[in-house]
Amino acid sequence: MRAKQWEQEGLTREEYDLILEILGREPNQTELGIFGVMWSEHCSYKNSKPVLKKLPTKGERILQGPGENAGIIDIGDQQALSFKVESHNHPSAIEPYQGAATGVGGIIRDIFTMGARPIATLNSLRFGELDHPQVRYLFKEVVAGIAGYGNCIGIPTVAGEVYFSDSYRGNPLVNAMSVGLMKHEDIATGTASGVGNSVMVVGATTGRDGIQGASFASDQLSEESVADRPAVQVGDPFMEKLLLEASLELIKSGTLVGIQDMGAAGLISSSSEMASRGRSGIEIDVALVPKREEGMTPYEVLLSESQERMLVVPKKGQEEQVAKIFNKWGLKAAVIGKVTADQILRVYEQGELVAEVPVSALTDQAPVYQRPQQKPAYLEQVQSFSPAGLKEPTDLSSVLMELIGSPNIASKEWVYQQYDHMILTNTVVLPGSDAAVLRIKGTKKGIAVTIDGNGRYCYLDPELGAAIAVAEAARNIVCSGGKPLAITDGLNFGNPLNPENFWQFDRCVEGISRACQALETPVTGGNVSFYNESPAGAIYPTPIIGMVGLLEDIKQATTHYFKTEGDLICLLGATRDELGGSEYLQVVYGLEQGRVPELDLALEQRVQGACLAAIKLGMIKSAHDCSEGGLAVCLAESCFEREFGVQIEAQTKLSAVAWLFSESTSRIVISIEPKDLARLTEVISTYDLPYQIIGKVISRPRFQINNWIDCDLKEMKNKWQQSISARMEN
Amino acid sequence: MKFATITFPGSNCDQDVYFVTSNILKQPSAMLWHDEQFDLASYDCVILPGGFSYGDYLRSGAIARFAPIMERVIEYANNGGLVMGICNGFQILLEAGLLPGAMKVNQNLKFVCRYSKLAVVNNQTPFTNCCKAGELLSIPVAHGEGNYYIDRPGLELLQANNQVVLRYRDQQENPNGSVDNIAGICNQAGNVFGMMPHPERCAEAILGNNGTDGLKIFYSLLNYQQKESGAR
Repeated sequence: MRAKQWEQEGLTREEYDLILEILGREPNQTELGIFGVMWSEHCSYKNSKPVLKKLPTKGERILQGPGENAGIIDIGDQQALSFKVESHNHPSAIEPYQGAATGVGGIIRDIFTMGARPIATLNSLRFGELDHPQVRYLFKEVVAGIAGYGNCIGIPTVAGEVYFSDSYRGNPLVNAMSVGLMKHEDIATGTASGVGNSVMVVGATTGRDGIQGASFASDQLSEESVADRPAVQVGDPFMEKLLLEASLELIKSGTLVGIQDMGAAGLISSSSEMASRGRSGIEIDVALVPKREEGMTPYEVLLSESQERMLVVPKKGQEEQVAKIFNKWGLKAAVIGKVTADQILRVYEQGELVAEVPVSALTDQAPVYQRPQQKPAYLEQVQSFSPAGLKEPTDLSSVLMELIGSPNIASKEWVYQQYDHMILTNTVVLPGSDAAVLRIKGTKKGIAVTIDGNGRYCYLDPELGAAIAVAEAARNIVCSGGKPLAITDGLNFGNPLNPENFWQFDRCVEGISRACQALETPVTGGNVSFYNESPAGAIYPTPIIGMVGLLEDIKQATTHYFKTEGDLICLLGATRDELGGSEYLQVVYGLEQGRVPELDLALEQRVQGACLAAIKLGMIKSAHDCSEGGLAVCLAESCFEREFGVQIEAQTKLSAVAWLFSESTSRIVISIEPKDLARLTEVISTYDLPYQIIGKVISRPRFQINNWIDCDLKEMKNKWQQSISARMEN
Repeated sequence: MKFATITFPGSNCDQDVYFVTSNILKQPSAMLWHDEQFDLASYDCVILPGGFSYGDYLRSGAIARFAPIMERVIEYANNGGLVMGICNGFQILLEAGLLPGAMKVNQNLKFVCRYSKLAVVNNQTPFTNCCKAGELLSIPVAHGEGNYYIDRPGLELLQANNQVVLRYRDQQENPNGSVDNIAGICNQAGNVFGMMPHPERCAEAILGNNGTDGLKIFYSLLNYQQKESGAR
């Protein structure tokens, strides 16, 4: 009978034995449930911890690294940014609207828990191919869920990315990132200390929703997963708006010892984490928790993932002040227990002890595993593929048209027009450019934010693919005029108990680590999501990089599109014959194979350095990262906004196809006024990098490259703009 | 000119409006909390900002109209005070009966956030007197329920009284399917005005799109106030 119970809680025989050893007795059912969620991968990182240690987390701007609700970096003037990415993949697969909505709500809560006012959210989405009705349903509902939550709470959704690949058909990815602004003095932490201090739960009431959500997230999706729909929480953005305002008011009031978001594994996770950080104990009485349902058991109260709640430890005698602030916003605040000295978590129900567990058993002492790794068998086969043997298409104009219309490349307007991306009136560079840029009111500074990943590259070469994602994120920041500062990583993989999946995970972390070290962008925190599998198999290994950068002067803000007829178009960096893993191979041949492009991190740094230096000198009219779809697509995207044409004369030894569609890294397309050419070459020469003037901006809406491509720009733009909406609205 | 911006629970454009009246227009500005019956007589203009008052769970603006401060807003409007509702504020003015008509969910059932081109239909109002008649303004919209509706006789009355103040340029620019491409209307007396687009979002050249057309709405208020006080 016992065996069944620990299995039900997602524990193994060995883990159960460890519990017996720690407690020196058999756990009761409530305690077993506590261990089950706290030792889930989602809460304990038991499978990923040893690998995550590789990531660089130190830097002079880091005020708070991994371990808190979110990281914090210094941006000068006594100001700081708090930011983090989090996944909500499984809930979104089962109940896409609420799954995505509560993903946004959860990450926003992490940010204001740190004392920062959220000023922007971003998201990274992965779905199957849009020709499947179920995929279209998921896509539509996920976007609506993100919009529904973000728009109502009034935080702009300023940037994101969406990719479609069959690998995600049964298991979409929904990663949300939030960025908040704060003063140094307002930094709050999730610490419970001061023996005798009260422990309070504030915000929404507690119900049965989302029970075991954390365990559910740490399991594979199956045909039966739909039955787990009750494990998906329901969001109330209006409630969270009130909670946000009340919490920030509370933090500023100086009455707090600590504050912690109640997210995954709800009350049990938040109380044990707070106690752990404060090296103290906590006792709570579940009968005192305000509830929205009758007859809830202690187990249910502890594990409920009802949204829009916080756990708060006020200074002595400040309980009424806390209640007053929350009551003003129409929210509840209740004392449910107190901080103790003995580092034990005690749970009572109307004074009767129902669980008693050492805090460390739920946090530091949770099991950690060194999982076996094995290089996947498929790799050699996919990497040995060479595009050289393919019969090249003759009509390159129509190839380009096809690429432009591929949902992976096409305009994401259909998505971001559903998001309020202008509220708070800080958005200086709107969605559609390389990174979003926001001004910081009251200063001349700005920040640039982006989120990037490339699952296909990581499938073909996990380490290189992940490094390329970091490099591309940094390039996007630079193209927008910012200096890259730090990242948060969302790591999405299959079942870690499969050695091949775990090898992919390990290699991706290695790649992120290497690139972050070279580009001096440390990791401030992030999220690991395993078990992203459906009956069809594991998803592509998909690390997502959320990056923030700083613009010392908001006037440096740069957009990706051509501005003036006659401007010269210059390619920074060099194009090589690197079609492996390209969108071209996928669109034209249906192939996801080959070697991904090389990445020389030293060159990458020089290209970014030159671009940013030139931007600061005020000579860059537009800058656009060259990535998916290659140079031809990059040039086309630069034309669309103002409907300019281009006349490009490529001087190259490469084949037309390689020059047009290779996805070589470390390249940026910029435009300048002809008079600035000498100044530009001077800047470039100090950075020592290859570059080429490849053509000019023309007023006629004609897209011409050598005698290879000649297209009507308006036709191209139409195709690019309509591609996704045409698939979604019919 | 003294501005008051009302904050309902769930208002989320209140800070943005306040920023424009205080930092851009540099006028004395206040933010008033919904549950007190402030005396509004000392203010020259009351603005109901955008957002999702009370979560908009029943129907946009349907609960906000019962907020204690709304009694004072109605009284203020009936005494000829200038009242402007933006987006959710417009919806609240409809629910409160200060403006005629009703708001439906956008025709395509989706929230929409983008710049839209508006034609100034009536430039003889306190809210549009700095615009030329027929002038095209580029101002962003951001709403899920902006599909303004009024029945035929009601529409004819609006048109006859010059109460249609702003129209989306054409069907293509209309983001929500509103009747007669209506984007903003005023009451018969001309002192109460509601518009779906957000002028506070394009009142500084630095913000995306480099447009400052929103300022024309705010400048119109200042201009009107100046003339009024000159006339007195």
